[in-house]
Amino acid sequence: MTATLLPTRGGRRGLEAGMLVFAALLATGAFAAVTYAHGASFTVQIAYYGAGFVVLFLGAHLAVRRFAPYADPLLLPLLAALSGIGLAMIYRIDLANADSAERAGRSAPSAYAPLQMMWTLVAVALFVGVLIVVKDHRALARYSYTAGLLGILLLLLPAVPGIGATINGARLWLRVGPLTFQPSEISKLLLLIFFAGFLMRKRDVLSVVTKSILGIPFPRARDLGPVLIAWGASLGMLFIENDLGQGILVFGMFLAVLYVATERVSWFIIGLLLAAAGAVIAFFTMPHVQPRFEIWLHAFQGNNPQGPSYQLVQGLFGFANGGILGTGWGQGAPQIVPFANTDFMMSSLGEELGLTGVMAILTIYLLLVMRGLRAAIGVRDSFGKLLAVGLAFSLCLQVFIIVGGVMRLIPLTGITLPLLSYGGSSTLSNFMLVALLVRISDAGRRPPTPATPLVDPAAAPDLIAATGPERVGPAEPAKTTPAEAPAETGAPTAPIAPTAPNAPAGSGERAP
Amino acid sequence: MGQELVLLLFRVGFLALLWLFVLLAIRAIRTDLWGVPRRQTQAVAVRPPVAPVPVPAGRGRRNRPAQRLVVTQGALVGTTVTLGAAPVTIGRANTSTLVLTDDFASAHHARLFPHNGEWFIEDVGSTNGTYLDRTRVTSPMPVPMGMPVRIGKTVLELRR
Repeated sequence: MTATLLPTRGGRRGLEAGMLVFAALLATGAFAAVTYAHGASFTVQIAYYGAGFVVLFLGAHLAVRRFAPYADPLLLPLLAALSGIGLAMIYRIDLANADSAERAGRSAPSAYAPLQMMWTLVAVALFVGVLIVVKDHRALARYSYTAGLLGILLLLLPAVPGIGATINGARLWLRVGPLTFQPSEISKLLLLIFFAGFLMRKRDVLSVVTKSILGIPFPRARDLGPVLIAWGASLGMLFIENDLGQGILVFGMFLAVLYVATERVSWFIIGLLLAAAGAVIAFFTMPHVQPRFEIWLHAFQGNNPQGPSYQLVQGLFGFANGGILGTGWGQGAPQIVPFANTDFMMSSLGEELGLTGVMAILTIYLLLVMRGLRAAIGVRDSFGKLLAVGLAFSLCLQVFIIVGGVMRLIPLTGITLPLLSYGGSSTLSNFMLVALLVRISDAGRRPPTPATPLVDPAAAPDLIAATGPERVGPAEPAKTTPAEAPAETGAPTAPIAPTAPNAPAGSGERAP
Repeated sequence: MGQELVLLLFRVGFLALLWLFVLLAIRAIRTDLWGVPRRQTQAVAVRPPVAPVPVPAGRGRRNRPAQRLVVTQGALVGTTVTLGAAPVTIGRANTSTLVLTDDFASAHHARLFPHNGEWFIEDVGSTNGTYLDRTRVTSPMPVPMGMPVRIGKTVLELRR
């Protein structure tokens, strides 16, 4: 793992503010275009919308200024741009649905845009909350096992009869009164914290190799445990909850973090083989997996375009209708596709913004993922590196799974398009994901602070005792107590006081 | 006709705006990766100081303190730490300023600190020792520019 600490010109918060204003301009422009195309003249409502958007993200910006002054200046504007474009498209589909309901003489269906605005408001509040609560991302490493347990519990919660609910064939939901919530979205973040914390402690053990096959060094058989458990959990999720997307996502995230932690291609190959085996098992045992392949491979054959492949084929027609430059906001007919504002968000955008717009949106995702990986390179502790890689990669994998599915590159599995789609749980969790990246990037870009005696050597034993046995893994004798102690004081990058006692054993000689 | 024109403007204008946003973001990343373009930095360096400070002949530039600590050998080769006024701690511990991934380095291996415009290296009780070129560092020693500092399998150098 190579760390590059290049000079940064301050926190560059001004750049962030400027880019945020630009993102607000994009969102307002999209909203105005939708309104105009729908036949309304420009009203003061548009100005309200734009002002609301600016105020909302200005709040987030001020929180970043206050709580993460050295954070990457692009993360928040990229997030805001995606969220604004998504809101405009959700509003546009609302209008279309209301129109068709009016023509058919039915009452207007429920509008999603106000709900999504409310969710965005809550999500920004959570974004700020994460920045305030998580003062130092390394503190999360202490709760990694707790986070893992909670993550698995949340994953299993929908399977509990009574509170769990099956919506559109997947048992992924919790129903509390009128509200439904998808706990797997939050458990995704918790599991990532667990993966990063676990692999930070075990990476030395897991990168031990015994023999090489075809020139690739392979790990010991007894170290396969964690991979098999992650694999089993993903497959279990598939069986219990009837959902393909989340299982692939969790296993993929684990593999990515494992690969980065150990720097062994062999783990990646083992993971791919396991994933292939899982796919074969699912194909032959799960009743709803085979139709998915049929929908995907033979989308245009026989009766499929009118039958099971209807959604996919209509989405593709949407892309085709959009062409290079798109039909323009409000000029296409994306509402024909079922779930046009969640899973098929990309085909809606593809129809109205065309290939040009889709490429721009994918580039924004790419930049977001890139800045996440950049945060991983910049930060100086391995937990932060692994967590940032996991967060960035999970975003990347989500986009790949759903956009690949919608574009018929891979079988379609229903997950939301992060930050663009309608969906409360998904919006909340993805804003929190970006907030964690902001926190990590802040730690990585903060210049080294003058060494203040953080740990009084006399008081150090108390702190060491307070860290608990879980934090002192036997696998890493060198990263023991004196190193961890300053984390308690909440100063992220302050070098340890020179007077602190040195790690006693195992630090010099290479581990056998 | 007027409406058509406005719609066309919206259609093309939005895409142009979207790509402008993307390009501005990429431009921001570029300056983040490579800093300010070289021409600009040189221009700043060449500009004469407002009140020239008399400098003893022959020492001037050479005496300017080091700007960067560069890893020249080992797992982290290519890593650069920008030096300021703060000491730099080096070791395998996550709290070090420069976290080494070197099996032969200690958790808290060495410390680099400025004193009277010079950088000093000090071993903070490592197992395998810190070497300034070939000499083992037992007490704080001034580090000349470009002199290799060996910590385990890692070699560091001060640069301007």
